[in-house]
Amino acid sequence: MQPPQSTQNALAETDILAETDQIVSRHMTREGPLLPILHDMQDSFGHIPAAAIPRIADHLNLTRAEVHGVISFYHDFRDQPAGRHSLKICRSEACQAVGGAALSDHAKRRLGIDWHQTTEDGGITLEPIYCLGLCACGPAVLVDGDVVARVDADRLDTLIEGLSE
Amino acid sequence: MLSDQDRIFTNLYGMHDRTLAGARARGHWDGTAGIIEKGRDWIIDEMKKSGLRGRGGAGFPTGLKWSFMPKESDGRPAYLVVNADESEPGTCKDREIMRHDPHTLIEGCLIASFAMNAHACYIYIRGEYIREREALQAAIDEAYDAGLLGTNAAGSGWDFDLYLAHGAGAYICGEETALIESLEGKKGMPRMKPPFPAGAGLYGCPTTVNNVESIAVVPTILRRGGDWFAGFGRQNNAGTKLFAVSGHVNNPCVVEEAMSISFEELIEKHCGGIRGGWDNLLAVIPGGSSVPCVRGENMRDAIMDFDYLRGELGSGLGTAAVIVMDKDTDIIKAIWRLAKFYKHESCGQCTPCREGTGWMMRVMERLVRGEAEVEEIDMLFDVTKQVEGHTICALGDAAAWPIQGLIRNFRDVIEDRIKAQKTGRISAVAAE
Repeated sequence: MQPPQSTQNALAETDILAETDQIVSRHMTREGPLLPILHDMQDSFGHIPAAAIPRIADHLNLTRAEVHGVISFYHDFRDQPAGRHSLKICRSEACQAVGGAALSDHAKRRLGIDWHQTTEDGGITLEPIYCLGLCACGPAVLVDGDVVARVDADRLDTLIEGLSE
Repeated sequence: MLSDQDRIFTNLYGMHDRTLAGARARGHWDGTAGIIEKGRDWIIDEMKKSGLRGRGGAGFPTGLKWSFMPKESDGRPAYLVVNADESEPGTCKDREIMRHDPHTLIEGCLIASFAMNAHACYIYIRGEYIREREALQAAIDEAYDAGLLGTNAAGSGWDFDLYLAHGAGAYICGEETALIESLEGKKGMPRMKPPFPAGAGLYGCPTTVNNVESIAVVPTILRRGGDWFAGFGRQNNAGTKLFAVSGHVNNPCVVEEAMSISFEELIEKHCGGIRGGWDNLLAVIPGGSSVPCVRGENMRDAIMDFDYLRGELGSGLGTAAVIVMDKDTDIIKAIWRLAKFYKHESCGQCTPCREGTGWMMRVMERLVRGEAEVEEIDMLFDVTKQVEGHTICALGDAAAWPIQGLIRNFRDVIEDRIKAQKTGRISAVAAE
């Protein structure tokens, strides 16, 4: 579905494992450490590399299937690398009612991709999200973890241009 | 109408100072140590007296729930878990508390945790609430710095830690046992009950899971007395409540009102009336997407509380997220949208829900277009009955009820559309 990232960007497996060990060791003493670990993994790599799964499982004394199950259960975790930036558009009812649907169409046209896809240069991944809690000032979008409200087509273009630089 | 003096959430709209200093000026964190000094039994008795029923949807008496926690520890710690995984379509009350009045919640966590012998409390907030997470974390840090949390919290002699955990985009984690699973770092799949969380919950320890609003009202109830809180609303439906009104009203809002307010008063006083007047009202979902819809004409005189909506109208108060739909609405499509939501969010653990939600959505899809036989309406109703009550958690029920409500109340609309599709004539009710 998504184009694989260029080989220059791909991390060597040893780097992944070293980073994984670090993240795991930060959370090992906590109760229920798997979700915080996965959140941090996703922050570091942009996704959860398959190579890291046996390592996490090993540290936490879980089976690989258990770790895989958790990753695939939650929508927020991805097992494939995404673009350098993520653009998530709220698709909930309140935002749709004030132009969210049109904004989504505009974003798809402008980027030339559909939901869950990444632009050809690997720059931006477009995803739907459900309710950012900004129903009073929609349509809302989430750009790399920052929420932006009252987004129209022009504002979205500016945001996208800001990301491409 | 509820007077301003009786409002618990005095900064619901974020117009005032959100910091600790601002919260203190509005009367929060006042005499917290004194409340704790009165002891566990006094707090639980006062909560029972207040008649507070859980604000997360099921309406279980909060004081009673707390009293299920073991009085003496058998060596295991106890936990309070606050459910801030507010993901139900239409429900948007907890986020206002966390964003604008977070100290009501934090103080409530301390008092409630003390009452159930817990030294630690987890707040589980949904992953999509970014601003809310920031606001709440800032308020928690502030409270730690001021000595209101941590060792000897607020000078009460009780050691207390509060943790904020965030989810990763799964509606089902709002179910209490799924939430516990998720906190433990597993897939958010609900557990069988019994054992109930009060016996074996988080990490196998006694746990109580409460909604944000249920906990946030606790300090004010204890300061002003359970009798004060019980003075609002009808017998058995006490208190003040946040109503989140959305949809086709002139001024959608979240507002704190006394329980048992009439629907008409709620809409006229706070929401500027129905769009296009009362004659234009088609249907109302009075309690968030999981309860059956009610025909508009039955709703005007309705009393907004647990017992009336369940007993008289066959619906429910749920989270008091009132979704108003006027005659512009394609009601079949609206319910299909909910069916789609539940299909997407079913965790897949129980077969009736995993398969049934998809089934129901696909039949609904055809009903929206009218490409069905009239007999299929009864068949769909039958399927909802086979899902309802046959699953571990309430998501199966929640998926079945909106469709049952549709069929009970708007069967004529569905039949009209099927006939119109067959005869080729455009029906009077076909919207869009």
